[in-house]
Amino acid sequence: MNQYLEVFIEESKEHLQACNDNLLELEKSPDNMNIINEIFRSAHTLKGMSATMGYDDLAKLTHQMENVLDAIRHHTISVSPELLDVVFQAVDDLEAMVNSIAEGGDGKRDVSSIVEKLKMIEAGNTELLKSEKEVAAAIATELKPAVHIDYDEFERTLIEESHEQGFTTYEVYVALRDDCLLKAARVYMIFEILEKQGEIIKSLPSVDQLEEEQFDKDFTITLISKENSSDIEKKVQNVSEVETVRVTDVSSSKVVSKLEVTMNDRNKHETEEVSVPKMENNEKDKSKQPEPDQNKTGTAGKAASKTIRVNIERLDILLNLFEELVIDRGRLEQIASELRNQELQETVDRISRNTGDLQNIILNMRMVPIETVFNRFPRMVRQLARDLDKKINLEIIGAETELDRTVIDEIGDPLVHLIRNSIDHGIETPAVRKANGKNVDGTVTLKAYHSGNHVFIEIEDDGAGINRDKVLQIALKNGIVTEQVAATLSNKQVYELIFASGFSTAEKISDISGRGVGLDVVKNTIENLGGHVSVDSVPGKGSIFSIQLPLTLSIISVMLVEIQMEKYAVPLSSIIETAIIKKDEILHAHNQKVIDFRGKIVPLLYLKDLFEVPVVKEESEFVSIVIIRKGEKMAGLVVDSFIGQQEVVLKSFGNYLTNVFAIPGATILGDGQVALIIDCNALLK
Amino acid sequence: MSEIVSKDIKLIIFQLNGKEYGISVHYVHGIEKVQHITRIPGTAPFVKGVINLRGVVTPIIDLRKRFGIEECEYTDVTRIIIVALDDIEVGLVVDAANDVIDITEDIIEPSPDLVGVEEDEYVKGVVKVSNRLLIIIDLYKILDREKLKVEG
Repeated sequence: MNQYLEVFIEESKEHLQACNDNLLELEKSPDNMNIINEIFRSAHTLKGMSATMGYDDLAKLTHQMENVLDAIRHHTISVSPELLDVVFQAVDDLEAMVNSIAEGGDGKRDVSSIVEKLKMIEAGNTELLKSEKEVAAAIATELKPAVHIDYDEFERTLIEESHEQGFTTYEVYVALRDDCLLKAARVYMIFEILEKQGEIIKSLPSVDQLEEEQFDKDFTITLISKENSSDIEKKVQNVSEVETVRVTDVSSSKVVSKLEVTMNDRNKHETEEVSVPKMENNEKDKSKQPEPDQNKTGTAGKAASKTIRVNIERLDILLNLFEELVIDRGRLEQIASELRNQELQETVDRISRNTGDLQNIILNMRMVPIETVFNRFPRMVRQLARDLDKKINLEIIGAETELDRTVIDEIGDPLVHLIRNSIDHGIETPAVRKANGKNVDGTVTLKAYHSGNHVFIEIEDDGAGINRDKVLQIALKNGIVTEQVAATLSNKQVYELIFASGFSTAEKISDISGRGVGLDVVKNTIENLGGHVSVDSVPGKGSIFSIQLPLTLSIISVMLVEIQMEKYAVPLSSIIETAIIKKDEILHAHNQKVIDFRGKIVPLLYLKDLFEVPVVKEESEFVSIVIIRKGEKMAGLVVDSFIGQQEVVLKSFGNYLTNVFAIPGATILGDGQVALIIDCNALLK
Repeated sequence: MSEIVSKDIKLIIFQLNGKEYGISVHYVHGIEKVQHITRIPGTAPFVKGVINLRGVVTPIIDLRKRFGIEECEYTDVTRIIIVALDDIEVGLVVDAANDVIDITEDIIEPSPDLVGVEEDEYVKGVVKVSNRLLIIIDLYKILDREKLKVEG
């Protein structure tokens, strides 16, 4: 069951995402039937899945949503922003329910109000959306049928759909003989026969009651089938101990007449329905065997590549095992070079090559397209634009760019923050834009691409840009810079000030951004991921935020250095250069030792002192220096010697030792020893 | 010595400064010989550093220092007891560890007032087996992360 639940949650999320995406598309082109069909398909699958899994509220709401979509499909109601708001709200509710299920909840939620809203839309009462629950109630009662077989909305929709596809609905009345002994067995046989003819959607009394023989001698089954009534009758009659069989075609009679009331004349359009025959076929298949077909329909539109779902935990275990292998490889290489046995050396070389390939494959498997983060932004932007009364186009470029799963998990919040920032502070109101001769619609571009061992994400807006004077004013007021320093700063340096802690450019505190939490949080998060963020801006033209991130977090390239008897690893991503200088080249400025590095004054950090390394060796005449950088800041780390460059596996200290200053973790070297990894960002604070 | 099945516990016995201590085998993941310990700067004094325990970087606590007893040189019999508590796994350096005994839980007595040494607060109780007095340590207190912050 658990395994099914996992699949259910994953697929539900996918379908909801598809709904979200397509709804946004739909808003742009309300007449595009293909989009509606896509949404309908997602909703339909979701409904089927949740009903199967027993999540009634989920099924109920999806069902109602489906009805509305169906009405749109049949041109009974037209797409309006208000309508989409409600549908979006429904999708939000669905998401909340699925999330609750994913977190181990029961997925229950009060959906009655949203269901009512949807019903009102379905009934064509879009104008009345905001109030009048009585109307909804009235409609609800109107919907209640009063015939001897009651069909609920589910079944009515089903009947209507199958009718469209050329199926006929029959009510099969069966009476068993009075002396029938094994009634349940007969029922079973009849059901088996009928199931071969079509699909049983209802029985009176219910199947359970029939199986427990809780009925007198007759019962009625509603069947959707393509067979004609006399054939069905004959086949059922063949079952022994059956007294009477009566098959009535009900599709054209009372059910449909009832449907016509329900669906608000939707059926009138039935005959015009030619544009979506393909879709109908899918529907038919699905209703027969919901499970295996979902994948097919879900991916039909996209490139068909075969995939399997693997739990991320398993990939983590695989990576851990592989890391062990990398360590052993290091050890083997060392042993081989010591023994100088040619055969051994060759074997080790081959292992090295293969593990190298394996590393690429494993790391690639953990790569997730950034789409998984990006795809929630269109919704967010739409909502923000509506809240702020701005018109905004969001352009997404490079959503297929891949990043390590661990990075993906962390990057969402900072991006949300930056996008909100662009929309709230960057893009002007339509009136202002018009006055400035700009396109009324603002554009926010979200772009991701690979370059070297890094992924770059850019958020660009064509808004007002950053106001240098305003930034300086605030920075001065909040004591972030002094007046003297302020005068010497370049534009870009001034813009970077908005990342300083305690800075917020929002004049009024809005919901969207600037609730005391500034961009410094964004900067910190990104730097903790081993990346960095910068900003540039042209007044009146817009701003661009650039984020640079490492491809992966677990295997990193480092420079191994030695300080006395201890070994440390400095991530290459922080290193600009290494240098060996004579002691007398070290200069003194105030209490700080500095060097002149390519015309720049770079302060020196003695790791020996900082890390209180026990001194056992004499210092030599020369000093080895690793020049590190964080943003504009630079420093020279003074070490005893360089060992070399190496790919290492980053390992944490576990849950006991957390927050060790400047040392986020360690790595295991080829000889089995542990070397500490230095966090250069912490050293440059 | 083992009596009834129900409340039997196995104790790993280790020596520290001439006294015998016990820790339930339940917490113990293994006993290792001393290997190279990589020092971590800027941590509490009793944190000796980390070792490579079959690929896992494991923090090491010197129990002598943790208990406020003077340190001594590591010898051939010095051992690292790997213990796990909830989500924490660490190694404890002890003078020696060479015995396992079975006791029943009910013979554990609350700790008498040992002479006011710092280790006092890490004692869960004492057990008398034959002529030996075993001090049962309280791992929760020893591995209290708050202690790490204050001193670190």
